[in-house]
Amino acid sequence: MAEFFQQVVAGLGDGAIYGSLALALVLIHRATGVINFAQGEMAMFTTYIAWTLIENHGWSYWPAFAGTLLFALVLGIGVQRVVIAPVSNASVLTVVIMTIGLVLTFNGLASLIWSAEIRAFPSPFPNETWQIGEVSISQESVGTFVVVLVLVALLWAFFQFTKIGLALRASALNPEASRLVGVRVGWMLAIGWGLAAMLGAVAGMLTAPTTFLEPTMMQAILIYAFAAAVLGGIDSPVGAIAGGLLLGVGLNLIGSYVDFVGADLRLPVALLVILVVLLVRPAGLFGKPVARRV
Amino acid sequence: MALLELKDVEARYGPVRALHGISLAVDEGQIVAVLGANGAGKTTTLRAISGTVKRTGEIVYDGRSLGRRGPEAVAKLGVAHVPEGRGTFSELSVEENLRLGAYTRRGSLDGDIERMSGYFPWIGTRLGQHAGTLSGGEQQMLALARALMGRPRLLLLDEPSLGLAPLVTREIFRIVKELNEQDGLTVLVVEQNAAIALEVASHAYVLEVGKVAVSGTSEELARNESVRKSYLGY
Repeated sequence: MAEFFQQVVAGLGDGAIYGSLALALVLIHRATGVINFAQGEMAMFTTYIAWTLIENHGWSYWPAFAGTLLFALVLGIGVQRVVIAPVSNASVLTVVIMTIGLVLTFNGLASLIWSAEIRAFPSPFPNETWQIGEVSISQESVGTFVVVLVLVALLWAFFQFTKIGLALRASALNPEASRLVGVRVGWMLAIGWGLAAMLGAVAGMLTAPTTFLEPTMMQAILIYAFAAAVLGGIDSPVGAIAGGLLLGVGLNLIGSYVDFVGADLRLPVALLVILVVLLVRPAGLFGKPVARRV
Repeated sequence: MALLELKDVEARYGPVRALHGISLAVDEGQIVAVLGANGAGKTTTLRAISGTVKRTGEIVYDGRSLGRRGPEAVAKLGVAHVPEGRGTFSELSVEENLRLGAYTRRGSLDGDIERMSGYFPWIGTRLGQHAGTLSGGEQQMLALARALMGRPRLLLLDEPSLGLAPLVTREIFRIVKELNEQDGLTVLVVEQNAAIALEVASHAYVLEVGKVAVSGTSEELARNESVRKSYLGY
């Protein structure tokens, strides 16, 4: 039983990371109907910024964390304005191809600037456990979970209680009516990209201490995030977080109790989740089924 | 001087031309009606003004050309467009819809929301309700209230009577008339129901296939033989 609880807590930690990146995918998909395949690479790139602030400029962890979020916001807005906005009237396929171009760009830039060498990345949490009876609870997992939850709660409050948050929601629901009341929908989409990049940065900074920092570090995480987003419902913010947590816990449990899966087959299991959800319940757990006239 | 003036305005949806050179003028403080059959270009005329369709020709509002401005910029100048089909945000609450209407303004909105509850008493008690669960008439009233939240100088109303019971239609036009008389709100209203439109408006334009066919004061048009036969049905 102790093993079970430990795996659940570890799963919540991993799942919070999948959930935050999944939420980034959902934010952009809700507003534009496009999956940003570069979300993981943008997260990796911003994590390098955090690393540079800490290692080269001597910042302590939390100021570097905050500085990186700010950088991510600006990066996301900039990428949307410069790369995505010019093709926003083109087909979905065109925009998706642009995001794949961004994958290659950020990956190449990171290798060029920081080299592909694997680097250690600091964790803000002590590498210790709390002992409750026989159960040892990883402080890193709990810390990760709490950080993600606090940031998601802040993001929710921003969407719910601020004027820009309301305009962001309106733009995603009905762009034409939003323009008629004076909302600059193009900028709202850019801010949406900025917020998504911030969530990605959080995922990247919380992943890097365990996976180490390298240009390919977010590629597997992005697959898990896809699985989480599809599981929760690709247009449901609550679903993204819930899907991430479910997936994180599920994968940890399967990894420790199903012998042939182990640690190596986690990725195929995530892909299987995507496949099964899309076949059985395409709207996901929290999504509303959409009927479309053809 | 006219608050709004259109000269030879053309507009198209892709290859299809919907307006073939419309000219009209609306003076400050007037209610002007645009009448015509389906497909005559009534809705497109409003869309050309608010910038939700590509247009050429001259559109001057308050001395400024609207020709190159998009809908966000036109809204900011004090032109509120209540589109056909209302365009309320059905997933948002009544209050959120109202707040969005005042998006271009700063400052507290509580007074304005209270004022809207004065015009439409049900609004005050149902601020938290999702707009999508309102009846058709309530959605039309909400769309109108949302437009008024921006304290516009010019209101563009597209078919406010569409799909509504006659009594609800009357109520909406009564409120529009009241706003016009008390606050000097200028209104350009597109309407299929010519009888009620001519009753409220001082001037009217009749469109046929993207052009102005007849125009004049409401009394003149109500006396006009062909207008009576085609649009008033007597």
